[in-house]
Amino acid sequence: MAKHKTPMLDQLESGPWPSFVSDLKALADERTKNPKKLDFQVPVDVVDDLLGLLELSFKDGATHWKHGGIVGVFGYGGGVIGRYCDQPEMFPGVAHFHTMRVNQPGGKFYTTEYLRNLCDLWDLRGSGMTNMHGSTGDIIFLGTRTDQLEEIFFELTHKFNQDLGGSGSNLRTPSDCIGAARCEYACYDTQDLCFTMTNDYQDELHRPAFPYKFKFKFDGCPNCCVASIARSDMSFIGTWRDDIRIDQEAVQSYIGGEIPPNAGAHMSRDWGKFDIQKEVIGLCPTECMRMEGKKLKIDNKECNRCMHCINVMPRALRIGKDRGLSILVGAKAPILDGAQMGSLLVPFVKAEAPYEEIKEVIEKVWDWWMEEGKNRERLGELIKRQGFQKLLEATGIAPDARHVKEPRSNPYIFWKEEEVEGGWTRDVNEFRKHHLR
Amino acid sequence: MEYAEAKAKVIEELTKKLKSKSKFYFNDLAGILEMKPREAKKLINDMVTDGTLEYWSSGSTSMYGLKGTGKQQAAEHEE
Repeated sequence: MAKHKTPMLDQLESGPWPSFVSDLKALADERTKNPKKLDFQVPVDVVDDLLGLLELSFKDGATHWKHGGIVGVFGYGGGVIGRYCDQPEMFPGVAHFHTMRVNQPGGKFYTTEYLRNLCDLWDLRGSGMTNMHGSTGDIIFLGTRTDQLEEIFFELTHKFNQDLGGSGSNLRTPSDCIGAARCEYACYDTQDLCFTMTNDYQDELHRPAFPYKFKFKFDGCPNCCVASIARSDMSFIGTWRDDIRIDQEAVQSYIGGEIPPNAGAHMSRDWGKFDIQKEVIGLCPTECMRMEGKKLKIDNKECNRCMHCINVMPRALRIGKDRGLSILVGAKAPILDGAQMGSLLVPFVKAEAPYEEIKEVIEKVWDWWMEEGKNRERLGELIKRQGFQKLLEATGIAPDARHVKEPRSNPYIFWKEEEVEGGWTRDVNEFRKHHLR
Repeated sequence: MEYAEAKAKVIEELTKKLKSKSKFYFNDLAGILEMKPREAKKLINDMVTDGTLEYWSSGSTSMYGLKGTGKQQAAEHEE
């Protein structure tokens, strides 16, 4: 029987979707019955008390969690988020309810054994509740007590060769797509770059010295499966600088209906005969495709990597062979000034180990942001406040038409006196001879 | 700057401000040391390791305080 009455939470179970309330009740019940006879290291009724506390918060219309905490594991300034309840007598099970962030494996590839080990550890030393995965990609352990933190960290690192992730004003856990492991669109080895950056920037990941959070995300191609362009301060998106490879025979097979478009992803319904003009050429955002007789032609210099044609006809169109990545900066969620997408900083760089060229850009961006950024100011906000030109100066990257947001319609660029031959000086009297006041 | 000198400077400045606040941003500490953030980081990390300073985190933001000071410290040791 439930420890607390939760009429408002119960109502959440009545909708058409699976409810987290039902999951929590099931877990609370399992902990009470304890079929595995575990020697629980946090209160057995932690989940019951969480339900009770949430019901109270709904009733009061206010949170009962205190703000932040000083807890962590020795030497780390991130990875643990202190959470304390402000009604510990009523809900002793959640008096401490700290979150631990576990650095997810690259591309979120893991074995069932790995997951089982983590869950067994968390059932014993935590609430048993997890979040797979947090928005930064981490495996999130929800709810444990202070005295368990070092124990969990020891077991994670010594038994499972597993580190904590980032939180607070740190480099957050770098996150990547499955990349070349399973995807033919990958333009670079996302997992190698993600792994290398995670190891090379351990200090930034674990010891907070940034003005605010900083996120890296690695997408192997412009399909952006980890949404790096929208969610990371520094986004690494695979691209190519030669031409899209075309197999004209396969193009004809798509037109003739022998190969289903989108690799058959939409076959559950009859959409009619495939129409390359309507479904591919007509949807190209830069209008860079056309049919010449039976040949598909692409004006590659106009391609903006929307990926639509490649996604629809993967057997006919393939990414180019001269591959690398673009670096975009400044994306963020809307706490201040609304959400921002990343802005292109480096149009193309080869992504080859040991990635020195990429690290040089990263470190110059950090130096600038750490010195100029205000407290709690994201990189994207600093770029907006001081201007993209300042970032170009800080990184030593030459301005390029591709840095202009809308180069075709708005080519306006601020020039500095030293960049213009002859500077600003002019003879006003000479000027007035030709231009009346 | 020598570590001992940096530590004394940080303790002195943070102690002076204790009446009004107990948690400080990293850049406040770099400012006290009059160093660029990247240079100040090693000294500040050492101060955390030797127990002079401690981290505080809301989850999204991290701050630093003299160990054992502030309301949070009292609250987190209540049982």
